[in-house]
Amino acid sequence: MTIRRRTILTGGALAGGGVAVGALGALAASGAPKPGAGAGAAPDTGSAVVAFHGARQAGIATEPPAHASFVAFTLPGGTDRRALGRMMRLLTDDARRLTQGVPALGDTDAQLAVLPARLTVTFGFGPGLYSAAKVASPVKDLPGFTIDRLEKRWSGGDLLIQICADDALTVAHAQRMLIKDARPFGAVRWVQTGFRRSPGVQQAGFTQRNLLGQLDGTANPAGGALDTAVWAPDGSTTLVVRRIRTEIEKWDLLSVTDKENAVGRRMDSGAPFTGVNERDEPDFAALDAGGLPVMPDYAHVTRAHVTDPALKILRRPYNYDGAPNAAGHPDSGLIFASYQASIERQYLPLQQRLAERDLLNEWITPIGSAVFAVPAGCAEDGWIGAEVLG
Amino acid sequence: MLSFSRRSFAVAVATAAVAAAGLAGCASDSSDAAPDSPAAGAGSTATEAGSAAGAGASAAAGAEAPGAALTVKDPWVKAVDSGMTAAFGTLVNTTSADVTVVSAATSVSPMELHEMAMDNGKMVMRPKEGGFLIKAGGTHELSPGGDHLMLMKPSAAIKPGDELTFTLTLADGGKVEFSAVAKPFAGAQESYAPSAAPSMAGM
Repeated sequence: MTIRRRTILTGGALAGGGVAVGALGALAASGAPKPGAGAGAAPDTGSAVVAFHGARQAGIATEPPAHASFVAFTLPGGTDRRALGRMMRLLTDDARRLTQGVPALGDTDAQLAVLPARLTVTFGFGPGLYSAAKVASPVKDLPGFTIDRLEKRWSGGDLLIQICADDALTVAHAQRMLIKDARPFGAVRWVQTGFRRSPGVQQAGFTQRNLLGQLDGTANPAGGALDTAVWAPDGSTTLVVRRIRTEIEKWDLLSVTDKENAVGRRMDSGAPFTGVNERDEPDFAALDAGGLPVMPDYAHVTRAHVTDPALKILRRPYNYDGAPNAAGHPDSGLIFASYQASIERQYLPLQQRLAERDLLNEWITPIGSAVFAVPAGCAEDGWIGAEVLG
Repeated sequence: MLSFSRRSFAVAVATAAVAAAGLAGCASDSSDAAPDSPAAGAGSTATEAGSAAGAGASAAAGAEAPGAALTVKDPWVKAVDSGMTAAFGTLVNTTSADVTVVSAATSVSPMELHEMAMDNGKMVMRPKEGGFLIKAGGTHELSPGGDHLMLMKPSAAIKPGDELTFTLTLADGGKVEFSAVAKPFAGAQESYAPSAAPSMAGM
């Protein structure tokens, strides 16, 4: 009936840690996040904060930070609306604190919470969650596409937590705290971690390259077009998460010209064949000397092209790069994540066109797929999902 | 006999707050926050009263009467299927006079005010003689491994996300109400040394 003191670390041995705890105390008292206070001014990247509360969830229209973890859960049979409400109250509370650089309640490693580095936590509800809550689901699983080679371990999910930050340690801590509060309600189904360029590596807003070397996201809507494409009037949206393996060993066989033909853009500039700069609008009517379209019909850009802003999708992808196998073949690809007001109206037609004739399909393979409704944001005294589960 | 776990812990110097990292408050051997089984999750229990307030509301500030001598910031309680558990948070004295908390109460369990103390080289929890003193304008941390509000025998499971309402009684007879959300928490497993409370022998 006793506990032994096994180790006592004194302040001296905790030079940094003690200071961090002191900073936490100040945080707790003032409620004003000043990450790193007392430990020397934190660099901007570490202390940067993205607001959590609002009519729409964060982590969607915001510029994607460098690191992301997508965590999907499976709810056990018999889960009811009341339990889901308890779960979302807890998770919302964790998210509202952690994103502001404040430790979660009962945070066992509170020092890890003080540098949010633009941390966002975004919640998505899969069809199974709505069915558990006995509410009609706004989303349904995608139909199968001929190019799919889906694996169960990367597919489906009743609850999704998208955790993004400019620092991998911050993501790891947030993920740890959120999973601890979610696991009484459901099992972890899959976790996908990914990365983009780190802050300061290139100009903000510059289109990033994926692991095939392509500029990825050129056609993303911005400004008012983004609002139109992504948000429903009630502040909700939808999310498609697809794990797309890149067949890099096959890709390596191609010449630069071959690679460019697959996409319809120059590898170096990202410019379409009919243009000079990345952002130039492709001219699909242009013909070459032989009378053939300059933008090949089978090229990715041609297949993916959408003119109506309301029908565009917001791509918010992350690269993944696992351990190569014994032969040295990479385990690489893209965690494709797209936000759109309607999966059926925006994503499905586009994906159908790609699936039937995108030359790039030769070098990419979808191995995971999941869809989620993303409920509206919440106010300071609210919680995510209240309009569905409350 | 109650089981216990040996845990490392840190003593943070030069801060009023007890280190949030590290050790634990107290609870019984069956206190692991077990997965919320569908069957268990379905039923309504006394502990779910007041759930409308939600974690969100309690996050902003503990509920308190306007002008109260004491507020409770960031309150939470460790979820348990059965057996002892504890509530934590920061007691904030906003007045220019010292305040002493002499007792705590909740509808779902008898309660005691506890402290952690060394007893023959071992860390144990025990009733806090004289209650918790919060200096004028000061704060008093209730945390796993430190002082805490002990729920001696909850009448039902306290499930993750449940909201519990507590009432603190002050030395001058004043009352402070607050609500706390239940969180799954693996720590807070120290053992109980009921030295000053004979009636608790055998718990």
